[in-house]
Amino acid sequence: MSQRIPVKELTDSFRGRAVGALADDQLRTNFRVAMDSLMKKRADAFPDEEEREGLRELGNHIKARALSRLPDLLEQLETRLTANGVKVHWAETNEEANRIVHSIIEAKQGSQVVKGKSMVSEEMEMNDYLAERHIECLESDMGEYIVQLDGEKPSHIIMPAIHKNRFQVSRLFHDKLGVDETEDVNELIQIGRRTLRQKFLEADVGVSGVNFAIAETGTLLLVENEGNGRMSTTAPPVHIAVTGIEKVVENLRDVVPLLSLLTRSALGQPITTYVNMISGPRKADELDGPEEVHLVLLDNGRSGAFADAQLRQTLNCIRCGACMNHCPVYTRVGGHTYGEVYPGPIGKIITPHMVGLHKVPDHPSASSLCGACGEVCPVKIPIPEMLQRLRQENVKSPAEQPKVKDGGAKYSRKERAIWRFWASLNTSPVFYRLFLWGATRFGKLAPKNVGPWTENHSAPVPARRSLHDLAKAHLNQGDR
Amino acid sequence: MSARSNILNKLRAGLAGTTPRPDDFDEALVTRPWQYAPEDRITRLRSLMEAVHTEIHQLTTEQWPSKVQELLESRGLKNVLYAPGTEHGKQLAEHWQRAEPRPELLVYDRPIEEWKEELFWQVDASVTGTVGGIAATGSLVLWPDRHEPRLMSLLPPLHIALLKASEVEDNLYGMMQKHNWSAGLPTNLLLVSGPSKTADIEQVLAYGAHGPKELVVLILEDG
Amino acid sequence: MSELFYDAAPNATRVAPERPRPRMYPAKPAEVTLFGTCVVDLFFPEAGLDAIRLLEREGIRVHFPDEQSCCGQPAWTSGYVNEAREVARAQLNLLDNGLPVVVPSGSCAGMFRQHYREVFAEEPDTLKRVEDLAERTFELTEFLLHVCKVDWQDLGQPTQIALHTSCSARREMNTHLHARELLGKLANVERLDHDHESECCGFGGTFSVRMPEVSGAMVLDKTRSLRESGAAEMVTADGGCLLNINGSLEKQKQTFRGRHLASFLWERVSGEVKS
Repeated sequence: MSQRIPVKELTDSFRGRAVGALADDQLRTNFRVAMDSLMKKRADAFPDEEEREGLRELGNHIKARALSRLPDLLEQLETRLTANGVKVHWAETNEEANRIVHSIIEAKQGSQVVKGKSMVSEEMEMNDYLAERHIECLESDMGEYIVQLDGEKPSHIIMPAIHKNRFQVSRLFHDKLGVDETEDVNELIQIGRRTLRQKFLEADVGVSGVNFAIAETGTLLLVENEGNGRMSTTAPPVHIAVTGIEKVVENLRDVVPLLSLLTRSALGQPITTYVNMISGPRKADELDGPEEVHLVLLDNGRSGAFADAQLRQTLNCIRCGACMNHCPVYTRVGGHTYGEVYPGPIGKIITPHMVGLHKVPDHPSASSLCGACGEVCPVKIPIPEMLQRLRQENVKSPAEQPKVKDGGAKYSRKERAIWRFWASLNTSPVFYRLFLWGATRFGKLAPKNVGPWTENHSAPVPARRSLHDLAKAHLNQGDR
Repeated sequence: MSARSNILNKLRAGLAGTTPRPDDFDEALVTRPWQYAPEDRITRLRSLMEAVHTEIHQLTTEQWPSKVQELLESRGLKNVLYAPGTEHGKQLAEHWQRAEPRPELLVYDRPIEEWKEELFWQVDASVTGTVGGIAATGSLVLWPDRHEPRLMSLLPPLHIALLKASEVEDNLYGMMQKHNWSAGLPTNLLLVSGPSKTADIEQVLAYGAHGPKELVVLILEDG
Repeated sequence: MSELFYDAAPNATRVAPERPRPRMYPAKPAEVTLFGTCVVDLFFPEAGLDAIRLLEREGIRVHFPDEQSCCGQPAWTSGYVNEAREVARAQLNLLDNGLPVVVPSGSCAGMFRQHYREVFAEEPDTLKRVEDLAERTFELTEFLLHVCKVDWQDLGQPTQIALHTSCSARREMNTHLHARELLGKLANVERLDHDHESECCGFGGTFSVRMPEVSGAMVLDKTRSLRESGAAEMVTADGGCLLNINGSLEKQKQTFRGRHLASFLWERVSGEVKS
């Protein structure tokens, strides 16, 4: 991520970081155990395949309907929210969004911000932006808090500290908060509770994300288990919600299936402990709640994905994390290997639109296209198809006008020439048979180290006779 | 050009020449799997809420204030926040008057700013009403207002919620339709489905993350 | 659900395709084309031949067009659409004779069944031929099970095996169910589950050379769970996975091996045991 962040040293490529992660047995175990458990929880939460598939289809149609009228719905949302007393702001870039947030805080002369969990604020790197301006911005989701305390970034969008075990958290709390070490998870959580409650009390501003923004009623819906989302949006005098422009849905009732899909896909829960629907600031006769509520609508590359009908489907995402839970690559390398805010399959398909393919050139190729992600996506984003499309955009020459930000990041004349050669080999029967003849005859003479393949495999040895040969001999014999 | 018009223009350009998708919402998909016989509704709600450490008691409308007293006393709590302006608040106050010294009754009768420190650290418990329950997911519906403000169900470590058995609906969709939520929502509508919890460390479930450590639901049978 | 083509504009917002209905299978044909696939052609030709034998055993005449090469998948998954399309077009042309096409490799069958639609998305005329090809393409186990409705006598010794299926094929075409049911017809064969059975073996075509470390970790886990399953050997109907898994086992100097399902099946039903 940006140079501003005092994160631990990371090498600068997906592959480089993956090598480090793969060598870390503790990390591998932490992820494997966690992902196995999350997969099981999801499976248990959807015991009826028919019900699940019907609901996924409905979720897909609801999101598609919302996207098909996105600009209108955003305007409707703005109108309703404004009527409810919420101030709506628009930002094309992270920088703009941060400026808006900062100016709201500044107007209140605020110095302490407490944050409910918000991936969009991670995307904006809001904590660092505000810290540079002498405003403390504290994470209050337990996982996010742990990660922030250790100067790290979340490694999972739902379970930010999933890469750490209790011993690592215990040591961290001991070092940073001066408390005694404990292996009791309950005690660790109570330490977090006490520390953060004081912060909720003192905070001038609360920041949250949004799971669904409902255009019909002008409502911001947030799901959570801990209560920190309710705290952040209720206790401080000002609440700023930040969200991507794709989070708007048309009706309140559209939320019913989406909510069910979200919590069951993410954590296997029928519902989260809290579902918080906020439709405005404190009214004249009310005794608590923020006096001001702001919504910042962020684009940050989303309109780029939106411009292309195929890639637009990326914006169906409701951020459940099921794709990463089921991804064999993510499970092995963990979230930090992706080097960006959104890891896993969804990270691979959304990040290029945000930061450009030059910054994440390996994102589209770091997948075996096994399809596990697409199979579990609650809103049926065809993730493998998106990855394939991004691969196309990634290898386009400048003349082919890539349609994704910084497309052509992997364009190479040499590689293109190899594929041209491959195509001519496979379209010319004579050439292909000549190749077979050579390969079967001289295959054994091939070098024993043929690039990366032989790092994990013995050198492939072609058979002595190709199927072309064998089939011809066999079938001719049969004819006689 | 403003960010607003830039964003909207880009989105409109992407949709040029297209028509909005039809609304093909199929309510059967969110209702049919989640329907219960009236006698099963409470059972379902109970089992789901108990599975996430909610304590549940089924009582008559007369019994519940003494249950509250018992819950507080058995825990050795010194005070409880209640809403005197509500029917159930009045009932609780009456019960309190009839008996010996009890845990102190506290009232949320001034803006949060005037007693934030106390509310954050000194209040042991609260009693609030609900506007209903949802069997499918094991949820309570809270509709905070001036009598029972938002933080009342969040800050005290023990939250006691009153739920009328007759107000339990099958599913969220039914609840929404029955009470016509889309016609007007309060500042903060809440679904609560257990005490506050987290699984952020090793996925080990721990209760009492930021909100109530305990949720007790008193289901009130009519009559 | 609602009509898919509510709006023909190319930039119309898309919904996911409707769930496929269960496939209707034709009666057993007299003739089929075998599309051998490039990996089988070069590395597992015996398996291709065994596939032919299995089909012939069901009284089907098998054609093997000499001009066939590769389905185009490597270029397609690498993002080289034009190159993939050229190669795909060559196969499409030579398979255009209306005969059912049987493919002894799941992911290649998936190219014909699913991905040629995307490859030729911008050629409406070609798409008709693509749909026609998709309609008559069968992965080998699916064809033996549902079209030939094989009824086998198992001539082999009792054995325990593990089954691996290409993950794209299992997700696109349920090949794992077909293979399981087919193996279930063999009286002396017990199929043992292995840990994380549905997880990818790490091949993914060029993924295995672009991300060798990650791919290597995946195949290491896959080979471990296969070995620990207690099976005597692994069978699979996917050339790429087989190349990956056996290459890794050999590199690890393990004796456990995988085998193409066609060869395994032929051995069981013919009684021929090859060296």
